[in-house]
Amino acid sequence: MVRNRSRGVVAVLAAGALALAGCGQSSGDGGEDGAIELTITQNAIAGGKNAAAADHIANWVIPKFEEAQKAQGKNVTVKFIPSGVDDEQYKTKLSLDLKSGKGADVMDIDGIWAGEFAEAGYIKPLSEVAGPEADSWEGWQQIPEAVQGLATYNGQKYALPIGTDGRVLYFNKTLFAKAGLPADWQPASWQEILDAGEKLKASGVQVPIQINAGTAMGEATTMQGVLPLLAGAGGEVQQDGKWTGASQPLKDVLGLYQKIYGGSGLGDPRLQQEAKGRDKSFQQFAEGKVGILLEGDYFWRGVVNPKTGIAPMADREEVVGYAKIPAIEPGKGIRGQDFVSMSGGALRTLNPNSKHPKEAFELLAFTLSAEALKEETKDGNVRITPRNDVNKEILSGEPLLSYISEEVLPLTAYRPPVAVYPQVSVALQEATAAVVGGTAADQAAAEYQQKLEGIVGGADNVAS
Amino acid sequence: MALTTSPPDPKALDAAPARGYSSDAAGLGRLRAGAFVAPALALIAVFLVFPALWVIYLGLMNYRLTGIAAAEPGFVGLDNYLKALSDPGFWNSTVLTFQFVLGSAVIGQAVLGFTLAWLMRNRRGTLKSVVEGIVILAWILPSAVVAFLWVALLDRDSGTLNALLGIPGFAWLLDYPMLSIIVFNTWRGTAFSMMLYGAALGNVPPSHLESARLAGASGLQQLRDVVFPHIRGHILTNLLLISLWTFNDFGPFLLTAGGPENKTEILAVYVYKTALQAGDLGYGAAISTIILLINLVVAIFYLRLLRSRK
Amino acid sequence: MTRFVVGRIGFYTLIALLLAFFTIPLLWLASAPFTSNPTYEVRMPDFTWENFEIILAHPYALGSLVNSLILAIGSAILVVVLSALAAYALSRVRLPGRDALLYALLLLSSIITGTAAMVPLFQLAIELGLIDSHTGLILIMTGGLLPAAIFMIKDFMDTTPKSYEESARVFGASPLQIVRHVVVPVVRPGLATIAVWTIANVWGNFLMPYLLLSDVEKQPAAVIMYTLYTEGGQANLKVLSTFGLLYSVPVVLMYLFVSKKYGFRFHGGIKR
Repeated sequence: MVRNRSRGVVAVLAAGALALAGCGQSSGDGGEDGAIELTITQNAIAGGKNAAAADHIANWVIPKFEEAQKAQGKNVTVKFIPSGVDDEQYKTKLSLDLKSGKGADVMDIDGIWAGEFAEAGYIKPLSEVAGPEADSWEGWQQIPEAVQGLATYNGQKYALPIGTDGRVLYFNKTLFAKAGLPADWQPASWQEILDAGEKLKASGVQVPIQINAGTAMGEATTMQGVLPLLAGAGGEVQQDGKWTGASQPLKDVLGLYQKIYGGSGLGDPRLQQEAKGRDKSFQQFAEGKVGILLEGDYFWRGVVNPKTGIAPMADREEVVGYAKIPAIEPGKGIRGQDFVSMSGGALRTLNPNSKHPKEAFELLAFTLSAEALKEETKDGNVRITPRNDVNKEILSGEPLLSYISEEVLPLTAYRPPVAVYPQVSVALQEATAAVVGGTAADQAAAEYQQKLEGIVGGADNVAS
Repeated sequence: MALTTSPPDPKALDAAPARGYSSDAAGLGRLRAGAFVAPALALIAVFLVFPALWVIYLGLMNYRLTGIAAAEPGFVGLDNYLKALSDPGFWNSTVLTFQFVLGSAVIGQAVLGFTLAWLMRNRRGTLKSVVEGIVILAWILPSAVVAFLWVALLDRDSGTLNALLGIPGFAWLLDYPMLSIIVFNTWRGTAFSMMLYGAALGNVPPSHLESARLAGASGLQQLRDVVFPHIRGHILTNLLLISLWTFNDFGPFLLTAGGPENKTEILAVYVYKTALQAGDLGYGAAISTIILLINLVVAIFYLRLLRSRK
Repeated sequence: MTRFVVGRIGFYTLIALLLAFFTIPLLWLASAPFTSNPTYEVRMPDFTWENFEIILAHPYALGSLVNSLILAIGSAILVVVLSALAAYALSRVRLPGRDALLYALLLLSSIITGTAAMVPLFQLAIELGLIDSHTGLILIMTGGLLPAAIFMIKDFMDTTPKSYEESARVFGASPLQIVRHVVVPVVRPGLATIAVWTIANVWGNFLMPYLLLSDVEKQPAAVIMYTLYTEGGQANLKVLSTFGLLYSVPVVLMYLFVSKKYGFRFHGGIKR
């Protein structure tokens, strides 16, 4: 008996391991008596990353939406699936879910992912998923053409834009005053930035200029460094379907990096190499050690914000100035502009596998109704929404965001939303890292072109 | 789940009695031994062997996380491998990984672990508990927490180390990146070697050491002539496991993100960057397979080195 | 005599240095959580409880620790039981291709813990219906840890004396009884080590739980730890240091528990 039992245990363990592997979830989502279940996901989580957005969805959008549906006689329940990790990890999870025919009905993605998700078949044009009402949504009239472009791929709208942003040059007015520079500084060329840097340096500022470089800062190097400068030199990373190699504009950009980090003392090359260099640059700016910093409006909202910032500045309004990013010389920027910027933005889209696409679209549209956006941006959570009607109202008390919305967005440019972009971006970061490390600008540009050819499938796809 | 209600395995019932294997002291016999191994093997087969073979297969595809290649992955044969072999980044990572394994596992963890075990071998009481406890603490803390600890230790401006040494502004992670992550990983993983050698030293008969000492052997001679032959097998196990783990260790990424200028981009970080950050899953899988092959060579090397004279 | 004194001094100096090496990095965790505005600098805290209040009010923090416990303990039990049985059989009976099999599995286990395996493991979990379940995650993590566990315990069982087992057999004990009542007590410290090793591994695992669990209520502390950053990826040291401390405490307690109850070394001190 004892012996049998021992064998029995083993057999059960073995069977159990396999049975556990075999059984599991099979419950369909509740379709009984017309009840509809929807899910919505964002890279946001209560108590963590983007907590305000998560709270808004859970505490306002969901109850209001369910109520509105009930009023129409529909029994809809919505569940929020929070996330709140690195964007790359969030993207990985979304991709795996979508590939397996799973995932939330409504989901947020970065605008830059639209192309690769569409190519993979992970997302489909809205009108295909939800029907013609997607194209006739009332909000489209309120959204500027350029911002609509974020959600457009191959001429079709794959998502609704959630918002946009812009990059400017921030500067410390206190340090500027000490260096004899004006409080309403607006450089007209790169040289004027360097000149200001020299004056700051002469007045004893530790880090006169901080323009992100190197691989440790990741996309922050590309978006708050290479690309706005490239636009200022009249170049684009991809133009007419061809990728830009070691072109003159790129060489100019890398040349500027060299002027800042190549021993002139205008920038701190070590900071660009440190794993937490960007956090540190924020900290140093808040401590009054950085003169000029190229960053997005996130810096104003989330970093030096006196209330909720990660490096709060109690005197932000008085001390932090901002200026448009100039072209290398007036009129030499892309489209012949004097000033330039870069913008990104997130999108909200539908899962093509949704069982209830119509209701999912209603939810999607509801989250971007004027009413919902006004609610979301209340209480210090102001950001630039996609809708003109809302922006007009909410940005009035926000000097920087109005400035970006009115002065910067008309000049801005966007990244190409294609699958290989992240790798191209890394190659650009590596080029700046090389320059910071002492490589000559022309050589770094040549090495970039070589890498680029490997990434985009040969020299045929590269123009120099 | 009740553990005792299932019928016994009929095959095991017919098991012949142990067929004279001298080591089979419990009279297990092959079939029942098989039944003992089966649950573990079943789990391993489903959740390890199958997905691992899948990874090797993915290494032959141009599969990506997104984009067209995600929808219609194509078979590319050995292209990923050729790409790796012609990529200076890959070779850089391979060389760095060997430095990292040699420095932090073979030299750092194994030597320091043995030293600790040797120093503590005849001790009991508080000192031993405290030393072992602290060393083990470094081993069991979650890596996400440990990363913060070491950033705080090595930070350029406000790091504890610079404060203690009185050299503010010294950039350990930038000027000595590889040394930093080697010391970091030594700190992190020494506990395992310490425990293993502690056990092994407990196995060395005290009478042998005593007679060696009486014969006038110095400490080092005792180590070489008495201790080492006794713990040879444990050294093999130890080196094999810690090398394998260190080859696949991702911990330094949290400290240096592979930088500065890829100077700490060991292979595990390289795979993370290609597979997760760049979404190039086929290539990442191929690199993983190459790591497996390197590990195989390393394992064979250790086996030759330490088993041959047994 | 002088030689003895010098030896003593040398010994304690060496021990003091080693202790300092292992202790100094830990200081930050002892100070930052109790500091109002923690930075990376280790300094005397002002002993505020505010950071802990923030974490206590966090909707997922404490629940995530419970989830971590479920995953860690579940995996530890499974790994210890299955690896002990398998290692014992492999140690005592010469199954064909035993050593080669063990080495092969050990090598394959390294591939599975890497990033590249996420797609196969995810798809496998989908096919087996193990998505969003703790059981599935436990099975997957157990599968990855088993080869090394078997390898370690087998090595250890190889060196334990067989005479007890033979006597137990003479008295009519079944093989499973022998394992339970004769072998396990002897190798118990080794099993405890494996248990703690498993717990530490599972406790720190971020990627697989994040990918395989979609319900945030099921996520372990490793995942919640990663959410305490800002929209721009900046670390919120106030909550990160505090949660980091809370996240570390259970694993230390489990170590102390296992160590107290079962001993915690590779060896029970059996001298030949």
